[in-house]
Amino acid sequence: MSYKIPAFRHPNLPKNELGYTTKDYEGAVSTLCAGCGHDSISNAIIEACFEMSIPPHRVAKLSGIGCSSKTPTYFLGNSHGFNSVHGRMPSVATGANMANRDLLYIGVSGDGDTASIGMGQFVHAVRRNVNMVYICENNGVYGLTKGQDSATTDIGSKSKKGEPNALEPIDLCAIALQLGSTFVANSFSGDKEQLIPIIQAAIAHKGFAFINVISPCVTFNNVPGSTKAYDYIRQHMASTNTVDYVPHAEEITAEYNEGTDERVTMHDGSMINLHKMNSKHDVHSRTSALTMMQECKAQDKVLTGILFMDEGSQEIHETMNTNSTPLRDLDEEKLCPGADELAKINELHR
Amino acid sequence: MKRDIITNKFVIKFANVNGTGSASANKLFSRAVFRMGIPISPKNIFPSNIQGLPTWYEVRINENGFLGRRGGIDIMVGMNPQSMERDINEVEKGGYFIYDSTKQLPPALRRNDIDFIGIPLTEKCRELYDDPRHRQLFRNIMYVGVLAALFDMELDVFKQLISDQFKGKQKLIAPNVNAVTTGYEMAKKMHACPIAYRIERRDNVGNKILIDGNEACGLGAVYGGATMAGWYPITPSTSVIDNFARYCRKFRMDPETGRKNYAIVQAEDELAAIGMVIGASWNGSRAFTATSGPGLSLMNEFLGLAYFAEIPSVLIDVQRSGPSTGMPTRTQQSDVLAAAYASHGDTKHICLYPSTPKECFEYTAKAFDLAERFQTPVILLSDLDLGMNDNMSDPFEWDDTRKYDRGKVYTEEDLENMTERFGRYLDVDGDGVPYRTYPGTHPTKGAFFTRGTSKDEYAIYTENGEKYIENMERLQKKWKTASEHVPKPIIRKTNKPCTVGVIHYGTSEASTLEALHHLNSLHGISLDSMGIQAFPFSDEVGQFIEEHEYVFVVEQNRDAQMRTLLINEYDFDPERLVPLLHFDGSPITARFIRHEIRDWILQTTTSPRRRSRFY
Repeated sequence: MSYKIPAFRHPNLPKNELGYTTKDYEGAVSTLCAGCGHDSISNAIIEACFEMSIPPHRVAKLSGIGCSSKTPTYFLGNSHGFNSVHGRMPSVATGANMANRDLLYIGVSGDGDTASIGMGQFVHAVRRNVNMVYICENNGVYGLTKGQDSATTDIGSKSKKGEPNALEPIDLCAIALQLGSTFVANSFSGDKEQLIPIIQAAIAHKGFAFINVISPCVTFNNVPGSTKAYDYIRQHMASTNTVDYVPHAEEITAEYNEGTDERVTMHDGSMINLHKMNSKHDVHSRTSALTMMQECKAQDKVLTGILFMDEGSQEIHETMNTNSTPLRDLDEEKLCPGADELAKINELHR
Repeated sequence: MKRDIITNKFVIKFANVNGTGSASANKLFSRAVFRMGIPISPKNIFPSNIQGLPTWYEVRINENGFLGRRGGIDIMVGMNPQSMERDINEVEKGGYFIYDSTKQLPPALRRNDIDFIGIPLTEKCRELYDDPRHRQLFRNIMYVGVLAALFDMELDVFKQLISDQFKGKQKLIAPNVNAVTTGYEMAKKMHACPIAYRIERRDNVGNKILIDGNEACGLGAVYGGATMAGWYPITPSTSVIDNFARYCRKFRMDPETGRKNYAIVQAEDELAAIGMVIGASWNGSRAFTATSGPGLSLMNEFLGLAYFAEIPSVLIDVQRSGPSTGMPTRTQQSDVLAAAYASHGDTKHICLYPSTPKECFEYTAKAFDLAERFQTPVILLSDLDLGMNDNMSDPFEWDDTRKYDRGKVYTEEDLENMTERFGRYLDVDGDGVPYRTYPGTHPTKGAFFTRGTSKDEYAIYTENGEKYIENMERLQKKWKTASEHVPKPIIRKTNKPCTVGVIHYGTSEASTLEALHHLNSLHGISLDSMGIQAFPFSDEVGQFIEEHEYVFVVEQNRDAQMRTLLINEYDFDPERLVPLLHFDGSPITARFIRHEIRDWILQTTTSPRRRSRFY
């Protein structure tokens, strides 16, 4: 099979500040099922990075195992990718981040990869506030092994071949909030307008930015009775806010000055503009986020949007007080204490 | 009991209760012997709990420089009532048992073939100190003073050591010196000093140092340029990272910014620890982890990924007794196979087997060169005996002109000037080692996808069988290339033709060499020997076995793991490799090796050659 994208692109494709077109942010052709929600998320990542003029080669994209974890092949073809072992992407991303703090790290995972085999690594990446975007493409089903329920499958939800799920689902956003994640969002793969600015806000955030994206599996979990089917989600969505991403360069213009908006300053100096639909929610309050999620759940609604962000977030390098020069760039002169110091150490052991 | 005087050649053992602060007193004693110019090798034998259970400290003193375990105890300092019966029975005929005579020794424990020396230490401490903790601590220091008198040691050496140890804590010097002196004077007053065992100043340690292998590994990682450590605490490897951190704090703080030129992340488990190492190494840092057997088991899946995706990674495995939790604080060499073939599928990993702290230091630094040169995991197999015990070692050396071998990495300039297509897994130089690029190097060239699945030369996913075979065979070629770069075996040949050889590796070295010395001097049996330093085996390893009709393989595990590895790699007739195995958790002794080899050789010459009784 050939998965190469045809080289031709319309000559008048718009360019961003770097002179790149969206083509420069694409990857290989997807081998996922036609209509897979994950492909929409890949496209949202492409759009988000294009619009923010992120140099593609300064991105490292990492994943674990599963349908979702295959997707980094399908975006940012000029970025280094790392498809690690099942559920262990967070540790690889953490190590990579330690070696070079100057790259943008986008981790893609799924509900099996995050909520089951990788739960331990997920929660500890949250706890460490590793500076990365962590996207969980959550379809509530195991696709590659043909349709088993996952740990995020809702009670009573039916997959294509199974009985209604009898177990409590794991709510990853609630867990991330309770663990102290400094950025938590929930979205839907079919809602590009909401998802792209959320990804942009997550990129701009300094620290661990978690985005759970409900992403229907067309083959095994897009059936009547499933709570992660396209129709179900469209009928049960509730939104915290409508999100606009305002790049740093536009920050000083005085365009958004009306009272109904809530402006949030990101660590890179950029801002996001939240149009609140529900004035009850305070995006800086974990308690508010958790309460609103509970309320929506009680009303059989899925709350989407940015649920929480901490503007004062301190990412792991700041906590650890590591040098601003990437560690991988240090040479012998900085790293090796030399023969004279070794002679002194020998002396201390006599 | 009338005895010959034995100077600077004996084994003394201290029986204590874990958690009573005896470790520093025992160390004070052994350091004093070392400072008097006499070679020593102390061994901690301790339980895997914090307090209360018996713990021992065995010191071999040997002016001829034999540093392995000898076997047998000449003098026991019995400070633990719980283990006293066993401790008394362990003393060899003609030896001494030194005890706290505040409480009378039960008559049933008395033996007529050894001498008992009682000193009322607890009683004296009750008299001198009010604080119960002081009573306990100084009782230990006091018995060191007793030994100084019994062995006729120089008291000034102890005073100097105490003052060195408490540099900057002046208040502690006088009470410790007092305790040593008190013990010294009590012994002088109550017993005929010195006894038959003596410590006499010599000049036999030269410029050697006394250091444990874990400190050497931690320091080796600093000198080797490691900038990232991901780890999870596990005995007996924990102090590798503790020492790495300590030396990093000393040498790796940026003087201009006050920030760290290193990162140490305590992971949530061993899976994450090795994952971090792989992530950091993939991204261009020199990264490592330290663990022991159970950790190695957990790291298997990731090690397979690092082998197949060709990511440098360094792992220091300080082995302990397995399987499972085994005996966490006892030593073995039983991770040999688990390390060599870690993970599923056809995997194999470069392994290094240091025998001394100096080799721990050098091989750790070298491990980073090997890992990056061959883009593969490198596992250094130390063990508890080497890692946690003070070992006498040649001093560490470093050549300031040495440059780190960062391996085959294309820079931005290389990529810019490249006309052909970059292939991550292309065998450009014909040695099986491909070129890599660090993430973020070039805007349009050099990016590739790292994955555990099968791929072609351009890192493109493929399930094509031919491509898979090509890739696997290139990895095999890389393995062969690596065999020419790993440390060569150390071969010691006798000056006459010899049909029997002995193989050892790691901490079996010292005892094996001593056994060979005594086989020659006492029994007239002289054998060639070879210390294996690394896997893959270089050609010399095979040649040595080829040259000998029979070869003993001395190791500290039940299943003769190195022997299995040799048979697996070479196709030798297994009959020719005779396993010589010790695996009770204590370090192998010279006496055991000598007796086993002597018995085997005597039997083979007096009866028809039989299948080895070692099976």
